[in-house]
Amino acid sequence: MAEIVLDKVTKRYPDGAIAASEVDINIADGEFIILVGPSGCGKSTTLNMIAGLEDITSGELRIDGARMNERAPKDRDIAMVFQSYALYPHMSVRENMAFPLRLAKVPDATVKQKVDEAAKVLDLTQHLDRKPSNLSGGQRQRVAMGRAIVRSPKAFLMDEPLSNLDAKLRVQMRTSVSKLQKQLGTTTVYVTHDQTEAMTLGDRVVVLRGGFVQQIGSPQFLYEQPANLFVAGFIGSPSMNFFPATLAENKLASSLGEIALTDRLRRVLEGGKAQRDVIVGVRPEHFEDAALLDEATKATGVTFQAQVDVLESMGSDKYAYFTVEGKQAESSELAELAVDAGASDVPESGSQVVTRLSAASAAQEGAACDIWFDPDKVLLFDPSSGANLTYTG
Amino acid sequence: MAMIGVATTRRKIQWSFLDLLVVVYALVPVLWIVSLSFKSKETLNDGNFIPREWSIQNYVDIFQTNEFVRALFNSIGIALISTFIAVVIGTMAAYAIARLDFPGKRVLIGVSLLVAMFPQVSLVSPLFEIERALGLFDTWPGLILPYVTFGLPLAIYTLSAFFKEIPWELEKAAKMDGATPAQAFRKVIAPLAAPGVFTTAILVFILTWNDFLFAISLTSTEASRTVPAALSFFTGASQFEDPKGTISAAAVVITIPIILFVLFFQRRIVAGLTSGAVKG
Ligand SMILES: Nc1ncnc2c1ncn2[C@@H]1O[C@H](COP(=O)(O)OP(=O)(O)OP(=O)(O)O)[C@@H](O)[C@H]1O
Ligand SMILES: [Mg+2]
Repeated sequence: MAEIVLDKVTKRYPDGAIAASEVDINIADGEFIILVGPSGCGKSTTLNMIAGLEDITSGELRIDGARMNERAPKDRDIAMVFQSYALYPHMSVRENMAFPLRLAKVPDATVKQKVDEAAKVLDLTQHLDRKPSNLSGGQRQRVAMGRAIVRSPKAFLMDEPLSNLDAKLRVQMRTSVSKLQKQLGTTTVYVTHDQTEAMTLGDRVVVLRGGFVQQIGSPQFLYEQPANLFVAGFIGSPSMNFFPATLAENKLASSLGEIALTDRLRRVLEGGKAQRDVIVGVRPEHFEDAALLDEATKATGVTFQAQVDVLESMGSDKYAYFTVEGKQAESSELAELAVDAGASDVPESGSQVVTRLSAASAAQEGAACDIWFDPDKVLLFDPSSGANLTYTG
Repeated sequence: MAMIGVATTRRKIQWSFLDLLVVVYALVPVLWIVSLSFKSKETLNDGNFIPREWSIQNYVDIFQTNEFVRALFNSIGIALISTFIAVVIGTMAAYAIARLDFPGKRVLIGVSLLVAMFPQVSLVSPLFEIERALGLFDTWPGLILPYVTFGLPLAIYTLSAFFKEIPWELEKAAKMDGATPAQAFRKVIAPLAAPGVFTTAILVFILTWNDFLFAISLTSTEASRTVPAALSFFTGASQFEDPKGTISAAAVVITIPIILFVLFFQRRIVAGLTSGAVKG
C-alpha cells in the first residue's frame, strides 16, 4: 500500500531523446491508474522510472513521502509484471513464484504457504511443478501475476501485461486483473495502449503524448470532457469524428451543414460574434438515423444526407460509415493519431464519418440516408492549439 | 494416398541407404584403428578386419612408456588451461558484444573473425623465432599462447550467439523481485548461460586437443610435447618392432575423451531451454 508521487519527472536518454517531460502524477493509496498513449509516447519509460530500472534525469519520485530517485529497484518494494512475462525458464512455477520470497529470506514454511495461497487465487495449483515453457499463454500470464502478488508489495507496475494474449483470453484476464486489484487494494500503475483496458480497468487514466501528460481523470470524464483534440481522438472506440467549421453570424458552417449555436456553444465562443475557424467533434453515438426520430426532436438538431459506404450490424446497434464532402479537419494532433492508428488509406477528398445508429435503422450500404445529430453534444476545438473550447472541467 | 505411401517408403529407403554410406565411410578408418590396436604383434599385418587374436598388449605397452604418459599429461594440462583462459576471456568479450554498445564493437568482431580465418601455418615460423627468443619454446605457455589466440574467436562467436538468445528482461525481473545485481547474475543469468559456456568450452577443448601443427613445431622434448605430436615419434620397443600397434592404441586413447565429450555435450545442450520465458 503506498502513495506514489511523480513530481516534474523528466527522462532524457543518453542519445538526447526526451521520453518524459515534467510528468506530474499523484497516485493515491490503493488507486488503479492507467498510463495510455500511442506507441513511443513514454509509457514504459515512465513505468521503468517508478520501478527504478531507468534513472530519473530530473524531478522527484516519492513513495509514501520518501524520495526514491537514488534507490535500487529492490529497495523500493514494488513488483512488476512484464509484457513478455519474464518468467525464469529454468525454474518451475512454484520456484518462479517463490523467488522474491526466497531473496527476502522468508522462512520455508511461510514461502510454501504464500505460494500455495497465491496459486489458489490464480488457479495455478495443479501447475505448480511444471516449467513455464510447458504452460499456455494465459497460464504464464497468471504465473507472472503470482510472482508479483506473493510478497504483498507496496505497488504493482504492469507494462501491457495482456497484450500477448489472444482477444478472448484478454477479456477474461482483464476482469480477473481488475478483481484481483480490488481484492488486494494495492496501488497499481498499468500501461496499455488498448482502448478498452484503459476505459474499463482504471480509477483514473493518464493520457501521454510525446512524453507530455495531456490529461488525467476518470475514464468517463476523459470521454466526456477531453482537454484537447488529442485526448478526444484517442479516447473512445470508434473514435470521435472531426470536421473543420467556420464560425460566422451565430452559426457554424461545417461540412455537415449549418449548426445553429446553442446557449452552451454561444457561451464558450464568447457570443459567437468574431469570425473564426474551429474543429467540431462529434462522437459516433451522437448521430441517429433521422427516419427514426419525431419531427420535434429532429427540429432541435442538424440533419444531413450522405451515402452509406459501409454498414456493420452489431446486433444491438449499427455502425454506418460515410464520406462527407469538404475539407478534412487538420491539426498536428489528428495527424499523429492517424499515424498511430495506421490509417493511411483516408479518402483523398472529404472526411470519413463513423456513426452509431439504432438497430432499427433501415440504412443500407450504398444507399443514401438522412443522418441527424444533436448540436448540444458537439465539442469544439481550437485548430491551432488543439484546446477543447467546450471544456468546463 | 497409396501413391504418397509408396513415394515416402521409397524415399525412406533412399535416405537410409545414403545415411548408411556416410556412416560407413566415416567410421571404417576409425574401426580399422581400433582393430589394429587390439591385435597382437604377430597378427598385426594379417589384414583381417576383425582381430583373430585379441590382445590389450599395445595398451599396456603405451602406458608403460614415459613418452606416452608424459604426452598425455601435457595434452590434458595444456588443453584444460587454454580452454579455461579462452572461455573466461571469451565470456567477457561476448557479454560485451551481446549486451553493450561501445565504440569499436564492429572492429572487435571483424578482428576476431580475421584471427579465426588466418592461416595458422604462416604463423609457425614467426612464432618459432619469437618463442625461442623469449624462452617460451618447448614450454607449456609456449603452446597455450597460440591455442588461446585461436580458441578465442571461436569462444567469442559461439558465446555471443548464446548470449543474444538470453532474454535480458529476466535480469530486470530479478531486480524487481529484490535481487542485487550479483544475485540476478548468479541465480538467473548464469544458469541460463551455463549450457552455452559449457558447449563453448568443449569446442575450444577439442580444437586444442586435436592440434598437431603447433604441437609439432613449437616443442622439441617431452617437456611439452602433446599426444598428437608424440605419436609421430613413436617407435617400437626395439628398432625392429613395428610401432603400428602402439600408435593405434594411443590414437584410440586420445579419441576417447572426445567421444565422451560429444555424448555428454549432446545431452547437456537442452534445445529451447530459454523458450517459455518470453511470450505466450
Ligand atoms: N534506451 C533508449 N535510448 C534512447 N531512446 C529511448 C530508449 N528507450 C526508449 N527511447 C525513446 O523514448 C521514447 C519513449 O519510449 P517508451 O518505450 O517509453 O515508449 P512506450 O510509450 O512504452 O511505447 P510502446 O507503446 O511502443 O511500448 C521513444 O521515443 C523511444 O524511442
Ligand atoms: Mg512500452
